[in-house]
Amino acid sequence: MALDRWIALIILGITLAYGYAAFFTMDHSLPPFMQRNPIWPSTFPKALSVMAMVASLVILLGLEKSSGEDKSPDIDYRRLGDYNLGQALMLLGLMVAYALLLRPAGFLFSTFGFLSLGAIILGERKLHLLLPITACATGVVWYLVEVVLGIFLRPWPFFI
Amino acid sequence: MIEGLLIGLTAAFSFTNLGMVIAGCLIGTFIGMLPGLGPMSIIAIMIPVAITIGDPSAALILLAGVYYGAIFGGSTSSILLNAPGVAGTVATSFDGYPMARKGMAGKALTVAAISSFAGGSIGALLLMVFAPMLSTVALLFHSAEYFALMVVGLSAIAAFAGTGNVAKAILMTLLGLIMATVGEGALFNLPRFTMGLMDLQSGFSFITLAMAMFALPEAIFLVLNPARSAGSDGGGKITNLRISRKEARAIAPVIGRQSIQGFFIGVLPGAGATIASFLGYAVERNIATKEEQAEFGHGSVKGLAAPETANNAACTGSFVPLLTLGIPGSGTTAILLGALIALNVTPGPRLMIDEPQIFWTVIISMYIGNLVLLVLNLPLIPYIAKVLAIPRNYLIPFILFFTLMGSYIGQNNATELLILVGFGVCATILRFADYPLAPLLIGFILGRMLEDNFSRSMQLYDGISFILERPMTLGLLVIAGLLVVVPSYRAYRARARQKGVADGD
Repeated sequence: MALDRWIALIILGITLAYGYAAFFTMDHSLPPFMQRNPIWPSTFPKALSVMAMVASLVILLGLEKSSGEDKSPDIDYRRLGDYNLGQALMLLGLMVAYALLLRPAGFLFSTFGFLSLGAIILGERKLHLLLPITACATGVVWYLVEVVLGIFLRPWPFFI
Repeated sequence: MIEGLLIGLTAAFSFTNLGMVIAGCLIGTFIGMLPGLGPMSIIAIMIPVAITIGDPSAALILLAGVYYGAIFGGSTSSILLNAPGVAGTVATSFDGYPMARKGMAGKALTVAAISSFAGGSIGALLLMVFAPMLSTVALLFHSAEYFALMVVGLSAIAAFAGTGNVAKAILMTLLGLIMATVGEGALFNLPRFTMGLMDLQSGFSFITLAMAMFALPEAIFLVLNPARSAGSDGGGKITNLRISRKEARAIAPVIGRQSIQGFFIGVLPGAGATIASFLGYAVERNIATKEEQAEFGHGSVKGLAAPETANNAACTGSFVPLLTLGIPGSGTTAILLGALIALNVTPGPRLMIDEPQIFWTVIISMYIGNLVLLVLNLPLIPYIAKVLAIPRNYLIPFILFFTLMGSYIGQNNATELLILVGFGVCATILRFADYPLAPLLIGFILGRMLEDNFSRSMQLYDGISFILERPMTLGLLVIAGLLVVVPSYRAYRARARQKGVADGD
């Protein structure tokens, strides 16, 4: 089964869960005076879930054939191993780490770390150039955000 | 109209707003030139900045400037490197790149800049004429018609997704609408589908979603496939920006035709700059003389002017539904709509009455923006093109960092960053499988409004009867249905016929 049909299957699962919530569980908590309304908070979700189920079934069952013209995609997911998958995953991990460290470690350290490690993951080895550049960039961005835009970003770690 | 123009002129020529146009165009050109970063990503990254500015006109001017700049920057990288940064400028590379290969890069850039300028300016002129007309009509609309109109918009976007992709585009739109129902709605003060999570109480943030749908997958693709950011020899030899009188005479009628055609394609929901540029190229090739036709694809000035004019006119045209109906026709205008809502401005027919200064300032700044691109950016291109030589080891971490910052600054919440990464990974997988992402974002942004208008009509008419009682609503919904069904039916017929022929032989 091709990837697009797997995705349709997953989306079908999501819409089933969503539809179940809309049809069976949401209306219980509705206050009595709202039950007289022609429209309930669940009306629109009910309609959406049915339509989304139909659309995902159309894709899943392959009812709509593609035009046959072979578009060469940017990236062929069947040969994902041929690309720099490791780098991409490491960068995503780095983004998660950044999200978790931004508050406790402060903006300056976490950003400096993110930019430097990101470049190192991508293969940059000239550290004598990289580190000053990322340090300057971190400082400039912090200045722009904090002073020019006036948005507070805690610069230092929590213990300073 | 004259009064409005004067208001716009006064506001647009204020020091701040002029600065915004210039800054927006420069930033847009700068980033738009980077391969892989389209106007949607750039505008998404700029939104937090625009929102902090606070003044809606200034913010919209900045974002519109960024939009033009990005398209212009995209043409530059198409011409110099054959690496279009934006889908709307793919057609530019057909003739622009051969011209650059022949050593006429400077000339090609000038033709592109002049055509963009003319397309954008004529588009702005048409916008000035048509937007007030359309908004007078739109004032007659009730919530039922608005609901139907949004359904038409959404189905048009799905219909333009191309054969074999209609179901995917519809599914993505519906997914966007479903995501919009998460959180507390305006009409019912009940949290829905939050799964008990406090972070979802106010729903997903649209900036995070925009970043996750466009900027992040683009960056991941750049990492996965280094060839996408290849070509660091850019900007070496741009000389002689002049064009001859003969060339000017050749492109003038092309520019005239394509400005008008591009504008009207841009007005249609779902069509936008990409279709306008391809169609513009195809039309001009078909009506050209035999010997000119042979030149197309090998560095024809006409072949370069046509898509450039059309895509800029279409960009301007796409502002018509946004400013008059409050309904975005493309991913980019959807992001602009999100930004406007965040700034407490509701675009729609009342915009021109309630806040004429915003409307007219934006239109005037479109002229200024086009002028800035021609006068300021064109001479600077040899220098700006140096950005193409930034090594990707530096470029990609910075793109990722700006994506993170954009979503963090908007919400000041680190959980948002985790949501961003999660959605970004999902969006990348969706892109692998060729699911279009713009419909999802448009569905998400229109979702609230669609439901509000639907609910209001249901309450007014005490049920679904409004569809039958209001002929305009019914008509619009029928159009929406046809838009979805007809392309699929025609594809089905074509396939059946093909099969028949094959069997007969």
